[in-house]
Amino acid sequence: MNLAVRDIRHSLGRFVLTTIGVGMLLMIVMGMGGIYRGLVDDALVVTRGVGADLWIVQRDTRGPFAEVSRLPRSVVDRVAAVPGVTDAREFVFHTIQREHRGQPLRMGVLGLGWPTDKGEGLPLIAGRPLAQNHFEVIADATLGLGLGERLRLGKETYTVVGLTSGMVSSGGDGLACFTSRDAQAIQFNEPGESARLEREARRARASAIDFGRTQPGVLERASGPSRGLAALPGPAISAVIARLAPGADADAVLRSLHGWSDVTVYSGVQQEDLLLKGSVDRARRQLLLFRVLLTLISAVIMALIIYTLTLDKLHPIALLKLIGAPNRVIVGLIMQQSIIMGVLAFGVGWLLGQRLFPMFPRRVILTSDDLLRLAGIVLVISIFASLLGIWKAMRVAPNEAIG
Amino acid sequence: MGEPLALETSGLTKVYGHGHTEVVALRDAGMRVRRGEIVALLGPSGAGKSTFLMCVGLINPPTRGRVAIGGVPVLDGSRALSDLRRFRREHIGFVFQKSNLIPFLNAVENIQIVGELIGRPASLARRRAMELLDALGVGARAHNMPTQLSGGEQQRVTIARALANQPSLILADEPTAALDGTRGRQVMELFRDVAHEHGAGVIVVTHDHRALDVFDTVYEMEDGVLKPAHRAGIDAAVGHPTAR
Repeated sequence: MNLAVRDIRHSLGRFVLTTIGVGMLLMIVMGMGGIYRGLVDDALVVTRGVGADLWIVQRDTRGPFAEVSRLPRSVVDRVAAVPGVTDAREFVFHTIQREHRGQPLRMGVLGLGWPTDKGEGLPLIAGRPLAQNHFEVIADATLGLGLGERLRLGKETYTVVGLTSGMVSSGGDGLACFTSRDAQAIQFNEPGESARLEREARRARASAIDFGRTQPGVLERASGPSRGLAALPGPAISAVIARLAPGADADAVLRSLHGWSDVTVYSGVQQEDLLLKGSVDRARRQLLLFRVLLTLISAVIMALIIYTLTLDKLHPIALLKLIGAPNRVIVGLIMQQSIIMGVLAFGVGWLLGQRLFPMFPRRVILTSDDLLRLAGIVLVISIFASLLGIWKAMRVAPNEAIG
Repeated sequence: MGEPLALETSGLTKVYGHGHTEVVALRDAGMRVRRGEIVALLGPSGAGKSTFLMCVGLINPPTRGRVAIGGVPVLDGSRALSDLRRFRREHIGFVFQKSNLIPFLNAVENIQIVGELIGRPASLARRRAMELLDALGVGARAHNMPTQLSGGEQQRVTIARALANQPSLILADEPTAALDGTRGRQVMELFRDVAHEHGAGVIVVTHDHRALDVFDTVYEMEDGVLKPAHRAGIDAAVGHPTAR
């Protein structure tokens, strides 16, 4: 006969309410862990999505995510020419916040290397990849945009041609994938007035220097778009991403690129490390601290609950001792109740989480390993939580059953 | 040699406190109870009756003295059997004024638990528990919780529990205090039948003089001193014809 089950049955209402309460606490512990996993996963979505073996960024920066990086587009061609590199593409990424439908819309702008990359590799759930070099966008479902919806960004309007799922930036913002030209145009969009002012200033600077006065056509070109001036750089890109040919000597390629004095090179793993140690590190540590605190709080609450349940049955415990029940029966009664409560509370927490976590603004990712680990911790907590009640039960004298 | 006694005590003494706060609750108490004998223990409140029961019940060991149950010496001066709680569950049954049933077990489970504690398989312990409930007339209430039983039914279940381990000795501390005269007598007669049919020694602490004719032997306790009561005096108290 299982005394723990019978006692639970006898006080079922109280036990159920208590278990639900502890379960909700454990749900939050699970959620904290899941938010942490989601944070890490979100941070690595872009890096894993582009599948780059190497990241070439501005010299002495930890770009393009941990800090800003600016490279001239010409670096793409230079990297593509390195032996062992099979593919080199522009990487443009930045975050913007604009007004759309009267509400602020914050998004991560990712530039795809058109025509090589049209977005075929993106996790599309509706629509199609990009079909032209301009004015189309593939948006993540979290942005709340619909297929065919038109989005005004700067001077241009872009049409949503595809929707993705799970494409978010490290900051949790939904990603919108444009061609890299459009992404740069959005990033470096400036009002017409400021373009005119800059051209006049440029003309004034050119006319003030010997080069402008003596070279034919420079003053006329200084008044025009900056792409007409070969000496002046065009819009910068955030980084160059490169893929190595199968069997290529990665160390040799890295040595070659490390020798360039205008760039810094990171491997895919190093870039992920920079991301995790940079933008998400503090959030990770904060969440970890909360998880530890909540776990400790859960342990204390469970111990108090089991202790209270034990206090309620001190008389039956004394009676059991009176009729000769050995200590192991009494210890078993209390410890089994604690373990049953822990197990059921874990189940309640998991079930509640399954319903509530999808509603969280950030992704909550529960892995089997995390759940198993937490289950183990809950089991240990349940055992330790019962010790206080067991201590009290062992102090009960059998003659207390008869007053 | 004869059959071992259900209980034999000598020189049983219980002292609480030390020095000027010392209280002698029991003084050199000696008692012999045969198997199948039912014994009443009378005395005013505070006389030491419950202390005596706690000592022979191995719940609150005496300061000194000797106790043998079913012929087994369990306490002898400062020496005691190594596992008194085990001996208690295998050889002693208890019945108290308040029925003292485990509230989260139903009637049959309250008895079955005793059988399981002494090592019987659950099915055998349950069968034995049902037999005892039937024998005591409460078999129909086997699956009721203690709060659903009347006072008399609870007492019968408690008696059945006291018999579950086939004890050598049954100790009852004022089992009829909460019952009316008729029911109280019924319970005393039940104890007598239990003693005679199961061969257990039964000691009943009671204030109720009306049912003393049920008992084979009567002891009196006053100020911690235990002595056999005069039978004629007892018979007179109950209005027995032999007293005239």
